[in-house]
Amino acid sequence: MQRRILGRDRLIAAFLVGCVLFNYPLLSVFDRPSEIFGIPMIFAYIFFAWVLVIALMAWASEARSG
Amino acid sequence: MNKKILIADDEQNIVISIEFLLRREGFEVLVAGDGEEALAKVRGERPDLVLLDVMMPKMNGFDVCQALRSDPDLAGTRILMLTAKGRDTEVSKGLGLGADGYMTKPFSTKELLAEVRKLLGM
Amino acid sequence: MLQAPVLIAVSLLYLGLLFAVAWWGDRRADRGRSLIDSPTIYALSMAVYCTTWTFYGSVGRAAVSGIGFLPVYLGPTLVMALGWFILLKMIRIVKANRITSIADFISSRYGKSHLLGGLVTIIAVVGIVPYIALQLKAVSSTVGLLLSYPEIVMPHRSPTMSVAADISFYIALILAAFTIVFGTRHLDATERHEGMVAAIALESSVKLVAFIAVGVFVTYGMYGGFGDIFEHLATHPELQRLATAIPSGQGYTGWFSLIVLSALAVLFLPRQFQVAVVENVNESHLRRAAWLFPLYLLLINVFVLPIALGGLMHFSGQGVDADTFVLTLPMSQRQEGLALLVFIGGLSAGTGMVIVETIALSTMVCNDLVMPLLLRQRRLALAESKDLSGLLLSIRRGAIVVILLLGYCYFRLAGEAYALVAIGLISFAAVAQFAPAIIGGMYWRGGTRGGALAGLLAGFIVWGYTLLLPSFAKSGWLPNDFLTQGLFGIDLLRPQQLFGLSGIDEISHCLFWSFLANIGAYVGVSLLRPPMVAEATQATVFVDALQESGPIGAVLWRGRAKVSDLQELVGRFLGPARAEVAFAGYARRHGGRQGDKLEADARLVQFAESLLAGAIGSASARVMVASVAKEEPLSIEEVMHILDEASQLRTYSRELERKSRELTAATLELREANERLQELDRVKDDIMSSVTHELRTPLTSIRAFSELLRDDPKMHLPDRERFLGLIVSETERLTRLINQTLDLAKIESGRADWNACELDLKEVIEQSVAATSQLFREKEAHVDLDLPDNLPLIMGDRDRLIQVMLNLLSNAAKFLPPGSGRVRVMLRLLADGLQVSVTDNGPGIRPQDQELIFEKFRQVGDTMTAKPSGTGLGLPISRRIVEYLGGRLWVESVPGEGATFLFTLPFAPQRELAVGQQEPAA
Repeated sequence: MQRRILGRDRLIAAFLVGCVLFNYPLLSVFDRPSEIFGIPMIFAYIFFAWVLVIALMAWASEARSG
Repeated sequence: MNKKILIADDEQNIVISIEFLLRREGFEVLVAGDGEEALAKVRGERPDLVLLDVMMPKMNGFDVCQALRSDPDLAGTRILMLTAKGRDTEVSKGLGLGADGYMTKPFSTKELLAEVRKLLGM
Repeated sequence: MLQAPVLIAVSLLYLGLLFAVAWWGDRRADRGRSLIDSPTIYALSMAVYCTTWTFYGSVGRAAVSGIGFLPVYLGPTLVMALGWFILLKMIRIVKANRITSIADFISSRYGKSHLLGGLVTIIAVVGIVPYIALQLKAVSSTVGLLLSYPEIVMPHRSPTMSVAADISFYIALILAAFTIVFGTRHLDATERHEGMVAAIALESSVKLVAFIAVGVFVTYGMYGGFGDIFEHLATHPELQRLATAIPSGQGYTGWFSLIVLSALAVLFLPRQFQVAVVENVNESHLRRAAWLFPLYLLLINVFVLPIALGGLMHFSGQGVDADTFVLTLPMSQRQEGLALLVFIGGLSAGTGMVIVETIALSTMVCNDLVMPLLLRQRRLALAESKDLSGLLLSIRRGAIVVILLLGYCYFRLAGEAYALVAIGLISFAAVAQFAPAIIGGMYWRGGTRGGALAGLLAGFIVWGYTLLLPSFAKSGWLPNDFLTQGLFGIDLLRPQQLFGLSGIDEISHCLFWSFLANIGAYVGVSLLRPPMVAEATQATVFVDALQESGPIGAVLWRGRAKVSDLQELVGRFLGPARAEVAFAGYARRHGGRQGDKLEADARLVQFAESLLAGAIGSASARVMVASVAKEEPLSIEEVMHILDEASQLRTYSRELERKSRELTAATLELREANERLQELDRVKDDIMSSVTHELRTPLTSIRAFSELLRDDPKMHLPDRERFLGLIVSETERLTRLINQTLDLAKIESGRADWNACELDLKEVIEQSVAATSQLFREKEAHVDLDLPDNLPLIMGDRDRLIQVMLNLLSNAAKFLPPGSGRVRVMLRLLADGLQVSVTDNGPGIRPQDQELIFEKFRQVGDTMTAKPSGTGLGLPISRRIVEYLGGRLWVESVPGEGATFLFTLPFAPQRELAVGQQEPAA
């Protein structure tokens, strides 16, 4: 029961993190014509944030302990 | 003719004392150490009175009393129950089974003699 | 390789493969070994979200708006994080109420309303049919492209082309046939299609593989990786903004709106509701699918921008439609195999969407639109008809064909028009209108049928006015004045600057106004009056769906119905055989012999209704059941009362359970304590009685001898001496008895003094044997000692152990046969202690007496010629002493062959442990 509540809270946290990462104003910080490793900043940022959110969700869903 | 009395008790010292007491008073005394022996001696020797201890091995006093009273041939045999358990229920149980008298241990020798004489109509 | 016959053959082969998978899935489902019982397959089936609009369209949109296509996939990612709550609740509700579609869901929530179900169905059909048209367009235009290979010619449809010559018409027909076979194989109360789900999951894998293959080919085959593509951009300054910024026309508002819109769409699109909720086999799959599905979305989008940019640079100025880049780039490089794979991927994306969407829509059309109307037609007397299952299937099949033909017609009509191109988001906005009624319905008890109707209607109208009609105008089907001047030339009514709201994109604009109208009407109208009986009932069923307790619906039904009537009713819609099986199953599950009962109880009525709900929708099911059951209506007060009670019960049930568990435990403890007390009382009584008896017996002799001596001063000296001797020995007996009784009482009450120290048991035994040697000598008995040296020490109380040994030895001496007695005392080493045994060759102890002798005053004398002397307390005391020291005392004996008393004692604990007062081990 405790574990389920923890997992639930982690998922909610992942949702909130995603909401912040994927929207204004954080988005505007990376919305400029520069590159990172030859890849446009905004493109790299969004995919990085996306991977991060999915990883958070996977961790929240799959973690068995703690 | 001397009255014949059977003492049925498994406590040797009690038997010794009562036997001595009764012989001194001129009674003919028989002794039994347990219930079965008591029943056999009553049937064989036909005593006039049985002093019956309740707590005996093999067959307790109540059972012996019941057996004696169910035998019409032995209807004349008087029974005096002796017990160390002085509860009222035990007294009434003994009397209910057809015992003629009841004495609680320890008893006074005088009272015992009086009771014995009374039961034997002396 | 890309000629028409090959394409047709490959397409048909692929569809055949899908059908085989579906058939296999259904077979497995029938045998109860579900093929799709896996979170991965569940997540893949959710990927039906990605249609040709994604497969081909994403690249097209990326070519225009750069990363502006991404929010459509970020929204679902975010909502899946909440899926564990929202989807789980929907799944629970759907399973508990046998809901089969989103229309049924909304209708059921608001008191099983036909009107509401019908409205939802109409909105869904209007919103989705163009979307189906889009799939047909994509599939047919890719066929056209491939057929022109090796040339790359943008297909241009001639409006005059006959239907019979139009390849997309045949595609529509094939898909209709396919959908019919998949979706309406048989009627099922749960309306689940395991085979279809398996096929959809396969299609999702194929389209992902195909898209990534193209992405890898373009990025690493045609260019030198991501960095290379973006480097090439330097030579195309006009393209640079695509890669570097949020598109200016969209802005952050539009970005945000798209996230919200797609988040709602992934929940409420009929096909998503179908795969994620209705087809869910196991709610625990949600857990993993919650991140697997977003991962899928991420993977299928990684290469979108590279393909778009690559295509734009490669086909620069050639007039190649960016929507076709996924196919035309491999074609331009003569990659026939890859092109074919792409075509199959696109076919997967298109057919998957069409099949699931059509099944979902046809169920809605049948259950929430056609059946209610048919059942209402008294003329048709359908309600009395014997077996309607065939009719139901026919309606669904008809609906499938009609929906696909509608899609085809729209496709023919719209052609290249804007209305078709933009339909993806327009569809999303249409189904988003369900959100207030559904989410409000799941979390707010106050929503009413009127509120839901008003909200849906208002949202639908505003959606139509601000998004659908403008798309018609942009397609040239409506005068452009409508857009620029507003309706009737009223400036405030300009559909995309409604009431002067401007400066935001059309999607945000529509979303704002439609949600304002929708939510406003839903909440406003709901608040006009309190919920009615049916609404309040369903509100509880929905809102409390996650509560752990039985369905409340059945409690809220009071009336009379015959079991046979109910079964017959269900049989009319599901077929008599299936009804029979279902009712027999119910009877089995509920233990009782329901079938034998004449009157159905509320739960059986509920069961029948839910069976029907699967086939004809919950609203119709309620009407049908009402036709055979004489329901005694409950008043609103009664219902509210029951609901209040039920919800209070739920609220407090856990607390109550806890309390009652505590109470039970306390009662049990109390009873045990009481029993212990009574037992103690009884034991005390017994002991008092025994002690009394044991005390009276020696007293009797003492008194008798004393009186004899007193009354007869001239008694012979030998008699006198003998009697005095007896008096003394009886007095000793009395003393012993009193001491032992007190001793035992002290041990039992725990007040005994113990002097625990490390002991050499051998020494204790030797000392005891020496102390009793006189006893054995008197009996002329022989004593054997078998006591090994150097045994470990034990922890014990010397005096107490000597007491035990003396008791056992004197006991043995008591029963030895005179003259030939033998006693053997042995000391043995055990794994965890020492064992002492005292064996005699006396008469032995009968098995039934071997425990009795350890009870107080339980001397066993039956086999003995004389009553044993002693107090009857020696063994009980010995046993308690040994047990106190952590050991065990018992007897082993074969009657006639003597007895052996044994006891064990544990070793002394290690020296570093406290040496002193020992705790009892028992």
